[in-house]
Amino acid sequence: MAETRVVGIDLGTTNSLVAYMEGDAPVVIPGVDGSNLVPSVVALDPLPANGGRPTVTVGNSARKALFQNPERAIYSVKRLMGRGLSEVQSELRFFPFRLAEDVEEGEVPRIQLGELKFTPPEISAYVLRQLKRNAERFFGSPIRQAVITVPAYFNDAQRQATKDAGRMAGLEVLRLVNEPTAAALAYGLDRSKDGTIAVYDLGGGTFDISILKLRDGIFEVQSTNGDTHLGGDDIDNLLLAIALDEIHAEHGVDLRIHPGAVQAVRKAAIEAKIRLSSADVAHFDIELPNGDRYQREIPRAVFELLIEPILERTAGPCKQAMADAGIAPEDIDEAVLVGGSTRIPAVRQLVDKLFHLSARGKKPHSELNPDEVVALGAAVQAGILSGASETTDQMLLLDVTPLSLGIESLGGAVARIIQRNSTIPASTTEFFTTGVDGQTNVAIHVVQGEREMAADCRSLARFDLRGIPPMSAGLPRIEVKFLIDADGILHVSAREQRSGKQAHIEVKPTYGLTDEQVESMIIESFDHAEEDFAKRLLIEHRNEANTILAAVENAPSNPAWQQLTAEEREAIAAAQAQLQAVKDGDDTLAIRQATLALDQATRRFAELMMEEAVSSAIRGKTMDKVSEDLSENVTAPHAMAPAEFK
Amino acid sequence: MLKILDSAIPVACWSCSVAHNESTLFCPNCSKIQPPPGGDYFSVFGLEPRLHLDLDILEREFHRLSRKLHPDRFARAGENEKQWSLADTALLNDAYRTLKDPLRRTQYLLKLHGAEIGEEHAGRDPQKDAKDPVRVLPDLLEEVFDLNMQLEELRTERKAGAADPQLTVALEAARSKFEGLLKVVDDDLHAQWRVWDAGSESERRAAQNRMVALLDQRRYLSHLLRDVTETLGAE
Repeated sequence: MAETRVVGIDLGTTNSLVAYMEGDAPVVIPGVDGSNLVPSVVALDPLPANGGRPTVTVGNSARKALFQNPERAIYSVKRLMGRGLSEVQSELRFFPFRLAEDVEEGEVPRIQLGELKFTPPEISAYVLRQLKRNAERFFGSPIRQAVITVPAYFNDAQRQATKDAGRMAGLEVLRLVNEPTAAALAYGLDRSKDGTIAVYDLGGGTFDISILKLRDGIFEVQSTNGDTHLGGDDIDNLLLAIALDEIHAEHGVDLRIHPGAVQAVRKAAIEAKIRLSSADVAHFDIELPNGDRYQREIPRAVFELLIEPILERTAGPCKQAMADAGIAPEDIDEAVLVGGSTRIPAVRQLVDKLFHLSARGKKPHSELNPDEVVALGAAVQAGILSGASETTDQMLLLDVTPLSLGIESLGGAVARIIQRNSTIPASTTEFFTTGVDGQTNVAIHVVQGEREMAADCRSLARFDLRGIPPMSAGLPRIEVKFLIDADGILHVSAREQRSGKQAHIEVKPTYGLTDEQVESMIIESFDHAEEDFAKRLLIEHRNEANTILAAVENAPSNPAWQQLTAEEREAIAAAQAQLQAVKDGDDTLAIRQATLALDQATRRFAELMMEEAVSSAIRGKTMDKVSEDLSENVTAPHAMAPAEFK
Repeated sequence: MLKILDSAIPVACWSCSVAHNESTLFCPNCSKIQPPPGGDYFSVFGLEPRLHLDLDILEREFHRLSRKLHPDRFARAGENEKQWSLADTALLNDAYRTLKDPLRRTQYLLKLHGAEIGEEHAGRDPQKDAKDPVRVLPDLLEEVFDLNMQLEELRTERKAGAADPQLTVALEAARSKFEGLLKVVDDDLHAQWRVWDAGSESERRAAQNRMVALLDQRRYLSHLLRDVTETLGAE
């Protein structure tokens, strides 16, 4: 059975864990350092002097790089999973990472880490691979299958990105399980009492609330809600911002330009936060680059006042979840606390208030370590899937989709086709027809969310039904079946009913990687082979060369070009020719040097162009307006006739 | 994210080749899972199509079938069985969701019997059907008209900064009145259920027409109440 062992993985914002079923009990597998928690931090070691690829490190050793080489380390990447460029940009305001410069709207954003660029699923894949290795070392045999947990409120793109990360790490993801539901499974093992359970899960970067009904081993989720942008990170960032402002004001030092020092303050903020869960006061004492010391006391009362607006944001989703489940606080038999942030006393007070617990002589459950309970539940689900034990054979999890699924109809309104909190798998069939005689294609836009207008919802995919037999408008009857599977991921199939022809579907996921891209990012492939890395570096440098060449090609049409001297233009032409000559060769170093030379030669041109852009911005539009105009172009109307509903 | 699913229905069991009734989830001969059957939602649970259902029995049956059909039980099965488990469980869940809710159940059953119901459907303006009080609530035109006026007034006053407390009181009174009306509609609906389940063919037809009208009224009233609640709550 060793070959077919399935592990359960909690891929967390801050920490990740792997667990398995030892007989009837789930157990966390420790890493080589003996710790159960693997910090979800990935770092790139320095480039080896003799060439070759830099080693990727994960976990505690990577955390050190955060302070020494912040530009080569990344954390909290879960917040970027399945997100588009503009979302990632706004998210990155709070983090010290940089987007790769050549990222374009419509593709999966890549993060610049040292000399390499990674998509968020790739970074997560490194964390997963570390957990896989820990498990393999523990069992002494390979691990190929896993259950991975995701926040219940994750949308389709975020779920798909997590599955992609598993594949890149060499894992077959048998099931994505929602974190609060996993926690309920872990608790449900030893208390098979029937009743209604509320799971309040405040983690590092996400918040979920799920309400479940437990009956004879069946865990039936009634409703779920949450915020994929809310967690301990927000508290850390708040404390960090306050400290940085105070340091700036009192000591005249702007630490924001020293990423390493910012990380040191962030670490102190996190330590203060943790201390305040048990102590009444915490102290900041940080040595500044100019030799001064920043010293400050934070009483718990002040801390609680500061974080109140953050915690209050969890109340709305809790109330909505109760309303959706059709229950009142009094109907909740047990409340379960999950996630490291539920150690904060103020969070516990809020939970008590929301579910009327102490008023009814109840206390929330936190007997299982809130950092580990999700991984333990993932292991239970892994046990259910492998059918390995009698205990888990009695259990079954029936989860729901957190967000409504809809289709954009004429005028941009959303027609809901699957309501939120529907038990998954869930399906629905819709019929479409054509609006123009002889039309052979129909375009359909699928969105996820609760807002009335498609533009306010999350765009999942646009797809074209092609190959409809030409008929008069309104005559074709195209049956489209939408199915959300047990992982919460959407599948679509279509058939033209009158001709019985299977319509061909061409899908453009709005966010996410194609199958081929995922395939090319499987880390085992370039992890062990030196030449793969060299190839990757070569491709990246060549892409960079092509980008700059394309820009130079267009340069003469820019007004700034006229301001260059003849010598400057000649120098650019020479550097351009040199790069053209080497860019398709295999000499990575030559390409790199030629690229840098061309970049150098065009520096003054770039400055002139920037001045031009700035002055035109001042002339009329603000930068915000300019970027707005740009994004309007991106969402230009679809070329094909819109779908019409029948 | 998206792929094409196969939905061919064999007449004989794919595993043991014994021919079976199309609307079965498991082969009566070898107990293997079968592709989604063609019957209606009631037949998924082996129930007669009736409006009065014992929800406890429905839930127990839902759990029993879930234990056997759920994709978790087929994680290591062949590709076909996996796909059928997914499709069958989706059908089971869709059926349970529809039948456990009294309104959805009524709409579903009436539609099976050919009734045209102004259901909120993809591509239709969900408000449009409900915005026709002349057809839906001819006896209450004046009240509805007044209520909409008051709602508009309150929104305008709120925007301007000062809302007349008298208006809020009037709206709250109207809300209780319309909640009462909703209750009357629901009671009537339940009475029609009994007729539909037990009556003769002609009684059944009359009950069906009555229910279609009641469902329209109900939808209109709930939209109205939602508007009132939202406006009152948006302080």
